[in-house]
Amino acid sequence: MSGPSTYNPKSGIEKWIDSRLPLPRLMHDTISTFPTPRNLNIWYIFGGILTFCLAVQIVTGIVLAMHYVASTNLAFNSVEAIMRDVNYGWLIRYVHANGASMFFLAVYIHMFRGLYYGSYKAPRELIWIIGVLIYLLMTATAFFGYVLPWGQMSFWGATVITNMFSAVPVVGQAIATWLWGDFAVGEATLNRFFSLHYLLPFIIAGVVGLHIWALHVPGNNNPLGIDVKSPQDTLPFHPYYTVKDAFYLVCFVTLFAGFVFYAPNFLGHPDNYQPANPLVTPPEIVPEWYLLPFYAMLRAVPDKLLGVIVMVGAIITLVFIPWLDTSRVRSCRFRPLMKQFFWAFAIVCVILGYCGAQSVEATAFGIPLVWVARIATLYYFAYFWLIMPIAGLIETPKKLPASIAQSVLGDSAAKPAE
Amino acid sequence: MRLIKLSRNLALGLTLGLLGTASAFAADSATARHHPKDLEFSFEGPFGTYDRGALQRGYQVYKEVCAACHSLNFIAFRNLADKGGPEFTEAQARALAAAVRVPAEPNEQGETVDEKGVPLTRPAVLSDKIPPPYPNENAARANNGGALPPDLSLMTKARESGARYVYSLLVGYDEKAPASFHVPEGKHYNPYFEGWAIGMPKPINANGVTYSDGTKATVEQQAHDVVTFLAWTAEPKMEDRKRMGFGVLIFLITLAGLLFAAYRKVWKGAH
Repeated sequence: MSGPSTYNPKSGIEKWIDSRLPLPRLMHDTISTFPTPRNLNIWYIFGGILTFCLAVQIVTGIVLAMHYVASTNLAFNSVEAIMRDVNYGWLIRYVHANGASMFFLAVYIHMFRGLYYGSYKAPRELIWIIGVLIYLLMTATAFFGYVLPWGQMSFWGATVITNMFSAVPVVGQAIATWLWGDFAVGEATLNRFFSLHYLLPFIIAGVVGLHIWALHVPGNNNPLGIDVKSPQDTLPFHPYYTVKDAFYLVCFVTLFAGFVFYAPNFLGHPDNYQPANPLVTPPEIVPEWYLLPFYAMLRAVPDKLLGVIVMVGAIITLVFIPWLDTSRVRSCRFRPLMKQFFWAFAIVCVILGYCGAQSVEATAFGIPLVWVARIATLYYFAYFWLIMPIAGLIETPKKLPASIAQSVLGDSAAKPAE
Repeated sequence: MRLIKLSRNLALGLTLGLLGTASAFAADSATARHHPKDLEFSFEGPFGTYDRGALQRGYQVYKEVCAACHSLNFIAFRNLADKGGPEFTEAQARALAAAVRVPAEPNEQGETVDEKGVPLTRPAVLSDKIPPPYPNENAARANNGGALPPDLSLMTKARESGARYVYSLLVGYDEKAPASFHVPEGKHYNPYFEGWAIGMPKPINANGVTYSDGTKATVEQQAHDVVTFLAWTAEPKMEDRKRMGFGVLIFLITLAGLLFAAYRKVWKGAH
């Protein structure tokens, strides 16, 4: 961790432990006294929420795995047995299924937050890149998890996604066969997906550790995007941010509980309550909502291989943005031009999600949605590869405040005390 | 500066344009299923529970009408006495089970068929699942003109619009097919079914069952009852879920209130 440690072991046992394994020191310096910018707003609560989501998914997932059977003949029935005959199995499964959606909701807000306030810019490039890796691992985990109930969407989703690898020239089919462990999605595929679905969350947990470690070196970015200059700019993480994060976490959990208890299947697809049938293709194969924008990109490109490249490229692009952004200023709050492109980008992502949910031939006002998706995909890439580098060069940023403390306390500090 | 203004306008225009186009829905194909009928069920809403009478009558409709072709594989007779379900008494559920015969286990001689080669059966007990009408998929198809009657356990969760869809389908047989629509041989016109031509013949007829509680067995009543029953078979823990959810939400909102007060107190003067 950066900076000198402020840990001061008091009791004998604390000293004894600290000289052998300074774990209490680590906790003290990273959670308790960690200097945090005093101006973090509501968009900065999602780091804590995401950690909570990961813990919930792991705990509920381990319990579900005690009852789940990864076999094509038994998977669907074992999930229904969890829903019907396991004590509170319905609760555990609905928490896990909706938890995935909540996890992605939080991660998307977290990512857009980073994008808006320039949290990926020096010296925080590695935090951002590790974050992109976490996101990639999350999508893989979510995909594997969605296959496990072995409903119609599970099976056909797995078929569509794994078939994408067959687009690779020459060795594509061999790769697909290798992934399946068979000549089609089947028993072997389900078993390995279960194995990977159980493995990846622990890898995510490890990478989250790196993410937080990397965060604690430069410390948090903040809505102003300016560096911490003096102790007046910060507050100790505890109690200020522990209480703030706790309050917003409970608000988030309330939304989460609303879904679990009152609309547990709202975010799911009815077809996944039909057992997988390799002989019947559903009229529309759609992924879960959080993957729809990428699905829209895949379908927007007429060529299969190019489509896959575009879709994968959309995520890989994120790795490069610390160097694509040429602006001297981090926060979009002081970037009048970039701010507007940012909001356009956010809307474009929603439009892509909408297009991904509609059928391939769908139209709007007589315009085929596939063309809407094409234009939106173009904007997605242009935002990072053209707008980001150019806007940083041509735009004149607004004047930055002198310091965080002056920006937060300036007016009240200027007034005479009453 | 002009470049900035131009690109800004471009960005806004593009956004608005995309939003506008995306907000309109795709045109439906000619034989897309009709929008399901709009009706209220007892189990809807945050405090909705299953109408006990409808559940019990619904089981009767399932058993006397649907069970001829449709399985209900996830339901055991013991479930009929479950809390939050039809809530038959245990004695009633036992009697309902005993009225149905299921394949018997091998007898003391290890036989599974009698002297004439007929498979042995025994009356069902509470722990038995409701037996399917056909031994396998081929038998089901052979008896239904090639169509497979789906299992009904999860039907109201496995279709868009759920209970309303199933209800509309059940009462939707009396509507006249448009002259331009040709109903294929062996199929039946039902505008609530995707493609309008369904393999299942009209399943429910007025007074097809006789309710012991005196309820008049109209088509709508039977459809309503069996749909309520199927909503329960699909989501048997719904009442538990909503009850627990209410407590959980009260707890969370209270906790949020306390934390908000703590948050305000801690941050006083800090921002």
